[in-house]
Order: sequence, then structure tokens, then C-alpha cells
Amino acid sequence: MTRVYVPRDAGAVSVGAEQVARAIATEAMIRGAQVELIRNGSRGLYWLEPFVEVETPAGRVAYGPVKSEDVVDLFQSGFLEGRAHRLFLGKPEDIPYFARQERLTFARVGIIDPVSVEAYEAHAGYRGLRRALEMAPADVVEAVTQSGLRGRGGAAFPTGIKWKTVLNTAADQKYVVCNADEGDSGTFSDRMVMEGDPLVLVEGMTISGIAVGATRGYIYLRSEYPHALRALNEAIAAAYSRGFLGPSVLGSRHAFDLEVRVGAGAYICGEETAMLESLEGKRGMVRFKPPLPAISGLFGKPTVINNVISFASVPIILDRGAEFYRDFGLGRSRGTLPIQLAGNIQRGGLVEKAFGVTLRELLYDYGGGSLSGRPLRTVQVGGPLGAFIPESQFDLPLDYEAFAAKGAMVGHGGIVAFDDTVDMAVLARYAMEFCAIESCGKCTPCRIGSVRGVEVMDRVIAARAARDPAEAAASTALLKDLCDTMLAGSLCALGGMAPFPVLSAIQHFPEDFGLPAAELAAAAG
Amino acid sequence: MIDRADWLDVINPILARLREMPGGLLPILHAIQEEVGYIPPDAVPTIAEALNLSRAEVHGVISFYHDFRSEPAGRHVVHVCRAESCQAVGAEALLAHACDRLGVEVHGTTPDGSVTVEPIYCLGNCALSPAVMVDRNLYGRVTAHQLDTMLESLRGSR
Repeated sequence: MTRVYVPRDAGAVSVGAEQVARAIATEAMIRGAQVELIRNGSRGLYWLEPFVEVETPAGRVAYGPVKSEDVVDLFQSGFLEGRAHRLFLGKPEDIPYFARQERLTFARVGIIDPVSVEAYEAHAGYRGLRRALEMAPADVVEAVTQSGLRGRGGAAFPTGIKWKTVLNTAADQKYVVCNADEGDSGTFSDRMVMEGDPLVLVEGMTISGIAVGATRGYIYLRSEYPHALRALNEAIAAAYSRGFLGPSVLGSRHAFDLEVRVGAGAYICGEETAMLESLEGKRGMVRFKPPLPAISGLFGKPTVINNVISFASVPIILDRGAEFYRDFGLGRSRGTLPIQLAGNIQRGGLVEKAFGVTLRELLYDYGGGSLSGRPLRTVQVGGPLGAFIPESQFDLPLDYEAFAAKGAMVGHGGIVAFDDTVDMAVLARYAMEFCAIESCGKCTPCRIGSVRGVEVMDRVIAARAARDPAEAAASTALLKDLCDTMLAGSLCALGGMAPFPVLSAIQHFPEDFGLPAAELAAAAG
Repeated sequence: MIDRADWLDVINPILARLREMPGGLLPILHAIQEEVGYIPPDAVPTIAEALNLSRAEVHGVISFYHDFRSEPAGRHVVHVCRAESCQAVGAEALLAHACDRLGVEVHGTTPDGSVTVEPIYCLGNCALSPAVMVDRNLYGRVTAHQLDTMLESLRGSR
């Protein structure tokens, strides 16, 4: 029996992994070859998907990108014995893109059958939970605090501090909620974990529940992720059937129930209080803070809210210890960050590295430069509310504080690359348009400001086309003023940060806004 | 089109099953849309009564979320991603191309009712942009030519 791995990851499936898996099963049947087909997650080397691996006595070897038309040829070349073929890639661990990563949170993604508890435990799974069950809840919280883990959803708030608040708030019912509303363009690490190693999320949430005294958990998943929904539900069912979830977790006095709730296509529901409203069955309107969700969250009860990657980082912290995790990274950014390379990039994918890696290393050493072959002009880091960063700042290290000092943000670690054909005025207009489409409407600066922002950007673009620098300058000045109002007056990060891409585009690329020569010179100086 | 008697047959069991679920309105609306294809406006009072909500509250939720429809879509829905990552590799042109080919505006449905075109803001397939989702099937690195082939097969199918 030869084990063959074909990813079930949505990205792999989007370029034909289902057809490849079917072709392999069919061809194996025709040839009477004994093949056990395992549907793993993706290793994150997306330009090589569908990335097919074969288990040989010498270890796993990979072929890719495989098309269903290649399958007969692969069998004929002896790929079941790991023989040479034009698609042969060698051992996955030896591919430089993969070899130079530091995979802690993603340790199992792409390697195991994502919904098999046996495979999960065979690869160090559920060790963190077992350890947590032997500890006092306060000690579990302390370990998370000591690890230096900060919220990976974007806001980078220390996870342990949040847990401690929930632990210390007395209530008859507490909740653990996972924010899996991964709406930022250029981000897909949550999706990869949920499809490639969903049990690590289940384990992380269970540990959180035990630590803070919560007996019920929800995963709020965006509706755009049907593949993740399937994998999560399979993993949760498997965890229940083996006693890792339910009234007595692993026979302990701790109960923990977990279910997935699906959103309905609203970006704002990635904002934690809007998400709580949505989970309660209401419109996703942002709540005023305080009270903090840690004190009064879901259904008014103390609630831990963390992102997928934050929860998925917890099991290894408990298993290997806070020091182990904290030893990665620099400054106040400890541990690793799963970085996502996207947009106009040759080798898009997932790169998990300790904090401190520079944009230039990521874009060129890993990403291989633009997909189009043209020079890269800018990147947007941290989703649609993140700043555009010019090529001159590509030596910036990925570090929460270093980015903040430049008016940018690391956010959820998504990097979208653009080549030199990009029109920054169009992107600035889009930032406002997106805010207008997705605004919950509760506060005026966001609801009205974003609409006015689109109108003003239309005037800038028209003035540029008409070669009217005076009008372009007047409209740009008005736009900056509007951005000021949104920055200072919005209730949440949507209206409060939508100006970042707009202002950074004006600051770094004034030549795209049709401004007078004098202003361009001033900006350059 | 499904007539009232039919959708009541669908909605009542869903309400019976999910009405006690804490915060159950979204799961209920998803289940109805899954079965009926949209949320019939005439069903709003029934849903509201079952959950002890006002009609305004239920209508407010339906209109807030992009996913929920108050009228039927085409037999197939083509979602073209227009978020930044896909824009970086030509998503806007791809969306325009899809509309052009089908002779519809964005959010529009072909006159034969076969295909609706919708924009979408990130499918999470950003390493393989541009991305398109047809019904629940995801596609990456989509070219205009590939899209034409997909649209052709959708228009031909019932």
C-alpha cells in the first residue's frame, strides 16, 4: 500500500486538486495499484499546487504542479516509487521556500490528514491540552501571558491579558469565540489552518475554555469558506467522538462544547463586537466599548475572543513551554507569524517565520518578485485598512512596533504585491468604496465619510485626466481633511483605518494624484 | 418560482428545528435560502413571529448581510473577487469581461435566468489570484479565456 497525498485545501482545489485525486484513484484501480489516497492540507507553496506527495521508504517526495492529464504519465514513470519525472520536486522539506521557514503554528499543515484525531495525536497533537488539564487554570493563563503571544487577528493585544480578565470575571456562563471572519484581502492563513489542521484550533479553544472557565465555544466562520466549514465540522465531530469535546473533556471535570456559526458576507463582522451581534442573530452593528467583551461579551457574558492563528498557537505554547515560543521573534513581537504572500507575486503562499524578517526577503527571496515580471512598486500589508508601503521601505522588518512607527500595520500578516502598472489613485478610491460598501452605518464619519471619499477621489481622478493640477490639489486637500475626520471620529477600525491606505498612497505616490509640480517637489523633499 | 404553499412547507420545519437555538436567526435565514434560493419577503412575518421578533428586526438582518437575497438569483451565481490581491492581477478587467460576455450589469442576471454575476470581497485564494467562485466551487489563476468556458457551460446547463 502506497500513501499518496493530494490536498483538500481550497486553493489546491481551485486549480484542480479534485480532478487530480479522482484521476489518481481511477488510474490506480485500472492498474491494480494499492494506493491509499490521503487528502491533506496545503504546504502553502501555491504556485506548485496541486502538490502531490508520495510516501516512499526514503520519505515523502513531491510532484507539482500536477494536472489531471499528467496522472497517467506519472504512473508510467513510477511516481509511486518516487521516481524521476519532469514534475518531480524532491522532498518537500528540502524545497528552499519551505526549508527556511519556522513552522510552529503550521507544524502539521500539509502533513497530516486534517480530520484524523489519530494522525493529529501522532504528530504531537493534544499534548498541550493534556498538559493544561494537569495545571491550575491561572497557570495556563500565565503560560500564555509569558509566551508573549499577541492577538494575530490584527490588533496584537496580549492574549494572556485578555484571558486573565475573563478568568477573573465571575459569571454563571462564559464563552470562547473564535473570530474566523478572515475578510482581509491577501490573507488566507486562517483558512489554511481550518482546512489543513482544524484540530489545532479545536485544541486551542478547548484549552482557552478550561483556562477561563468557559464551557461553550463558537467559531464564527465567514460564508466565503465552504471548504473550511466542511473540514471544521468533520474535525469537531471526530473530537466529540473521542472525548476531546463534550461534558467531560478527556474524563476531566471540564465541559466544553464547540460549534461553527457561519456569517453572511459582511466584512464588518470581523470587528469583534459586530461579530458578537451577528452571533446573537442581529445586524452586525459595532458596539460601544466599554464594556469590553472580556467582561460583557456574547449574550452579555464574559467572552474570550481570539483569531484562528492566536488559538492555534496556544497548544504548542502549552506543550513546549512559554520560553520555547518566546525565544522566537524580537522586541515585543514574540513567536512566529504566518505571513501570506499574495497579489502580483510569482511564488505566492504561506511563510511562517519568526518576527523580524524583512519585506524584501519575503517579496524576493521567497516570493520571487512579481508574477508579471515587472518591477514591484508597492505592497499593502495588513488588509484593506493597511498602508501602502513603497519600494524604498522594503527593508522594514516585520515587527508590530517597527510598522507602527511608519504609520503602517502588520495586521494579520497578509502582503499584497503590486507591480509598476498599478494606479494608486484607483486604489485610494477603492479603499473608500470598500469602506462605504462594508460600513455598518452606526457612526457618521465612516458611513458618510466613505461615500464622500469616493466622490472626492472621482474628482481627483477627473482632474488628473483633464490635466488640472489646481483642482487635483484642492480635492486632495479636501480628501486629507476628510481622512482626518474619519481617523479621529470613527467608532471602530473600519472607518478609523480606511484612511491609512488613502493617506499612504498620497504620501508615497503623489505623482498618481495629478498634483502640481511644486507639491510633488515638496513631497519628494 | 416556488409558490407560497411550497415555501411554507420548507420554512416551518426549519423554524421548528432552529427557533430555540441561541442567536438562531442567521442559521435560520441560511437554511431557508439554501432550500428556497432566497428569503421570500412574505416569509418575514412568519419568521418574526416564530422568534418573537418584530418584522423590522428580521427585515433589518436580511438587508444588512450581502449574502441574503429577497428575490431569486440565477440558477448559477458567479462571484468574481475584486479585492486588492485580485485587483493586482487584473480582477476588475475580469469582472467587466464577465458582465460583457453575459450582457448584464454587476449584480445582474441573464434574461434566461441562468447566471447571476456578483462581486465578492476576498475568497481567501489570494496566492492564486484572480479568484472566482461559481456556486460553491472555487477557481484560481482564472484567465478571461477560462472564464468564457465556464460561462458557456453554465449557460448551457439547467
